Amino acid sequence: MTELLARGVKAFGKFWWDFLVGDTPELALATGIIVALAFLLDGDRLVGAILLPLLAAAFLLASTLRGRRRAPGR
Amino acid sequence: MHSTSSTIVLVLAVFGASTVEMVEALTIVVAAGVSRGWRSALEGAAAAAVVLGVLVVVVGVPLVRYIPLDALRVVVGALLLVLGLSWLRKAILRASGHKDLHDEDKIYADTVAELSETGTEGAAPGRARVHSGRDGVAFVVAFKGVFLEGTEVVLIVISLGAAQHRLGLAALAAAAALLLVAVVGLVVSRQLSEVPENAIKTAVGIMLTSFGIFWVGEGAGVNWPGSDLAIPVLVGFFIAVTVGYTAFMRTKLPAPSPEESPAT
Repeated sequence: MTELLARGVKAFGKFWWDFLVGDTPELALATGIIVALAFLLDGDRLVGAILLPLLAAAFLLASTLRGRRRAPGR
Repeated sequence: MHSTSSTIVLVLAVFGASTVEMVEALTIVVAAGVSRGWRSALEGAAAAAVVLGVLVVVVGVPLVRYIPLDALRVVVGALLLVLGLSWLRKAILRASGHKDLHDEDKIYADTVAELSETGTEGAAPGRARVHSGRDGVAFVVAFKGVFLEGTEVVLIVISLGAAQHRLGLAALAAAAALLLVAVVGLVVSRQLSEVPENAIKTAVGIMLTSFGIFWVGEGAGVNWPGSDLAIPVLVGFFIAVTVGYTAFMRTKLPAPSPEESPAT
């Protein structure tokens, strides 16, 4: 029973890890930074409305560049 | 009161995400049906759909009822943002040629070949044995296909539905997509390889990212100009970003190696 429970918890954890982090940990990190920044900008709310989408776009570019096809041997 | 713009984006996002995932699931169900027998494949698919529906009710309803809205929006926003950014990344890489397009025909052929090798004793050479009664393999393969592809849909339905307190509408949009794909799949009786999957995935990625940013900001106290009207503005911004990045990434394709170049 305990073994079954442990296996279930492990599978659940693995599912969420693959789902949220997987092979793009930079996007999970980006989301964490965006959430933290949203709270930090509490005193300057309008800036958040401009900064948050720009930050998401910047992280998307970085992640896309990381996933690009490279010439063989590079 | 819910604004029309956020309702439209909610319905489109859920419907699009469900369509993409259900086309992928249909490929597996059709492969199981063709190679092992339709009865068990359809039963497996229906059982998975029921389990997914129960998940929406069991997880979604308590979320809507008992979690404070601002906290829910930050968590849901973060979830949608991770999901949206990773869908967009993949869509941009595919559209710009850095990643191969999702090939339903290949997935279908591989699944049929794999299933045909399982338990073909007594069948004619090169042909799978199609069962007239119940077949455990077809049931399990169809169940797993629908359940795994549907899990992402359930997360999107719960996230978008719970954050806007419109779980019923989100579930309805997903059910409509499921029905549409199932009916079209049954009519043409094959996998839907002509569906412009990457285009739908791009559109859904844009909507999930826009909603994600919006809910994270809203939950954290960001003052969006125009309130809910900021959602279509964010959608417009991410459309521009996606188009721009796709064009930019095309310039980053490696030059073909000499042996790949056509002889002149």
